[in-house]
Amino acid sequence: MSITPLDADRPPEGPRRRRRPGAGRTGRRRRSIDRLGSTDGGREQAVVEDITIDPYDSYYGRPVVKAPPWRAPIAVYLFLGGLAGGSGILATGARLTGRPVLRRTARLTALGALGVGTVALIEDLGRPERFLNMMRTLKISSPMSVGTWILGSFGAVSGVVGAIEVDRMTGERIPLGPLRPLVHGAETPAALAQAALGPLLASYTGALLGDTAVPTWAAGRKHLSALFVSSATLATGGAAMLTAPVSETRPARLLAVAGVAGDVASLHAMKASMHPLEAEPLETGRPGTMLRWAERLAVAGAVGTVLGGRHRAVAAVSGAALLAASALTRFGVLEAGLESVKDPRRVIEPQKARLAARRDAGITDDSITTVG
Amino acid sequence: MSLLAGPAGPAAASGWGGDQQRVGFFTDTSICIGCKACEVACKEWNRNPVDGDLEILGSSYDNTGALGANTWRHVAFVEQGRERIEAAQESGRKLVGLGMPTVGPRPPRGQTPDGDLSGTDRTPPNTQEFRWLMSSDVCKHCTNAGCLDVCPTGAIFRSEFGSVVVQSDVCNGCGTCVAACPFGVIERRDDGTVSAKVERDEDVPHAGTANKCTLCYDRLVVGEQPACSATCPTQSIRFGEHDELVDSAEDRVRALHEQGMTEARLYGANPKDGVGGTGSVFLLLDEPEVYGLPPDPQVPTKELPQMYARVGIAAAGMLAATALAFLGGRR
Repeated sequence: MSITPLDADRPPEGPRRRRRPGAGRTGRRRRSIDRLGSTDGGREQAVVEDITIDPYDSYYGRPVVKAPPWRAPIAVYLFLGGLAGGSGILATGARLTGRPVLRRTARLTALGALGVGTVALIEDLGRPERFLNMMRTLKISSPMSVGTWILGSFGAVSGVVGAIEVDRMTGERIPLGPLRPLVHGAETPAALAQAALGPLLASYTGALLGDTAVPTWAAGRKHLSALFVSSATLATGGAAMLTAPVSETRPARLLAVAGVAGDVASLHAMKASMHPLEAEPLETGRPGTMLRWAERLAVAGAVGTVLGGRHRAVAAVSGAALLAASALTRFGVLEAGLESVKDPRRVIEPQKARLAARRDAGITDDSITTVG
Repeated sequence: MSLLAGPAGPAAASGWGGDQQRVGFFTDTSICIGCKACEVACKEWNRNPVDGDLEILGSSYDNTGALGANTWRHVAFVEQGRERIEAAQESGRKLVGLGMPTVGPRPPRGQTPDGDLSGTDRTPPNTQEFRWLMSSDVCKHCTNAGCLDVCPTGAIFRSEFGSVVVQSDVCNGCGTCVAACPFGVIERRDDGTVSAKVERDEDVPHAGTANKCTLCYDRLVVGEQPACSATCPTQSIRFGEHDELVDSAEDRVRALHEQGMTEARLYGANPKDGVGGTGSVFLLLDEPEVYGLPPDPQVPTKELPQMYARVGIAAAGMLAATALAFLGGRR
C-alpha cells in the first residue's frame, strides 16, 4: 500500500495481524499513549496499521448495551426480598396449622429481611433521598414500579403482623393504647395478605431482570422467576430450620428440599435454553464459581435436611448452607448479567442468529436495517 | 404505555393528540467528515461534564468511546481496507435481495457514464483500497422506548415532538432504564463516571440521575433545531419532520445504490422493527455492528406480558409448594 515516495524511508512494517473467524477475543484494546508510536510524524503510519488487530464484527470490542448501575446491594435485596416473601407465606401457614414458634420466627424473619432489603434497595439508588418518587405513579409497563408497590404493600402487612408478634413477646408493652384490639383484630386479614403478596415479592424480580437488554438476563426471561422463587423457597426453609425448633419445622424442611430441586432444575433449564454466548457468563469466571458453589451448598443443605433434619444442630447447619446457597445464586445471576454486557459478541451474535432465523423462515420485513 | 404507539405516532399515543408532527434526525454517514462539531455543540449547549480522563483510546480518531450520561453525540471512526469494503457492498446487495426495491446494475468504478453528465452525482467515490467510516451516533428516540416503559418514577416522558426526555429533577437514579435500552444509550451520571483526572471547578449538574439526549427539548419548545444538527457543517445530521426525513433517506439510499455504493443501507427507518422504528434514522455504509449498533434490537417490554405470566405461574407454584409442605408435614 505504497502511497507516497516518502514511504521508502519508513522502517519495514511487521506482518499485519488479522483475527481468524471464530477465534477467541482479542486482548487489550485500550492502549496508552506511549504505545501509539513516537511523536515524530514520519512514523505515524504505524497507528493506522495497528488498527487491523481489531475485528470488524464489533466497534473496537466496546459494549453495545450498558449494564445497569446495580451493585452488591441489589443482589442482597434480591436475596432478602425472596426470603421475606417466602417467610411471609410460611408464617401464615404456621399460624393456620398451630405452630406458634415457627409463626413467630418466620414473621420476624420476614420483617427483618424486608427492612434490610429495602434499605439496600434505597442505598443503591443514584439519589436515595428521592426514593419516594417511586410511589408517585404506578406503571404496569415497569416491573420496578410494580415491584415497588408489591414491596410496599407486603411491608405494610408484614409490619402489622410483626408488631403483633413483638407485642405478644413483650407482654403487650408496645404503646398501642386503644388501638390494640384493632391491630390484633387485623391479624388474620394481614396474615392472609402476607401469604398472597409474599410469592409475588419473590417472583417479580425475575421480570425485573428479564425485562432488560442485558443479554444473559434477557435470554433467561422464561426461567428467571422460577429460579428466583425456588431460591427463595429453599432460603425460607433454611431460615426456619435455623431459627425454629425441629418439632415445628417439618413443613419447612419439605419446602427446603422442594426448593433445592426447583433451583437446580430451573438453573439448568435456563442455561440450556440460551445461546452459548449468553450462557457463558453463568458458567465461567466469578459468577460461574458462585453459581457452582450455590448449587453445591444447596444440594448439601438438602442432603443434610433429609438425613439429619430432626437433629437441631444438623438442621441449623443445613439451614445456614441453604441461606448461603440462595444468596450466592442471586449474586451469581446479577454478576453474570453485568459481566455479559462487557463482550459485545454476546449481544451481536445472538441477535444476528435470530435475525437470520427469521429471514430463513421467510420474515424479511422486520429488520432494523433496510434498503430504500 | 408507549408499547401501544399506533400509526398516529408515539406522541399522539402518549396523549398529546395528533396535531404535532414527530421530529427527529436523519444522520447520513456517507457525508460525515468526522469533525466532531456535533459532539462539541451538544456538550456546550447541554453543559454536559467532561467524560473519562482524556485518554487516547487507540481507536482511529475516536477518543470519546461511546454514548453515555455525559456524551449525547458520539462520532465513530472505522478504518477499513479492500476486503472489508467488498464485504460491506455484498451485505448491502443482499438486503436488496430480501424483497426490497430493486436497483439498477452497478456501473464499474472509475468508468465515465455515457451521455449527459449534468445530472450525475460528482461525489468522488471511496477508493477501493481504503475507506474511513465516520458516523455520529445519538439517542434513537425509539417509537417503543424501553427506557420510558420501565422508568418507575415517570421521570422519563414522551414529549409532544415524539422524543423521549428525562426529567432530571424527578429521576431518582434507580438505573432500570440503563438496562432496558437496547442501544446502550442512557446512563446514570455517577461519581465514578464523571470524576475526571482533570480537576475542574464546575459542579456536575444532575449527578446520580439518568441522562441522555433530549433532542434539545429546550430548543425545540422555542422553535429552534437541536444544537448538533444546527452546527453540522455538511448536513450529515439533518433535523426535521420524521416522515419527510425517512422519505429523503430512502431517496438517498437508492441514489447511492445507483452509483454503485451498494454498501449503503438505512438503520431505524422500518416501523416494523423491534423498537417500532426510531426517531433518529441513520444511513450506514456497513453492517450496524461495525458502528457499535445492535443488528436486531428488540424493546424488552415487547415480551413483558409473557414475563408477567411467568411471574404469576412461579408465584402460584411457590404458594402451592408451601401449602403442600404443610399438608405433607402434618404427620
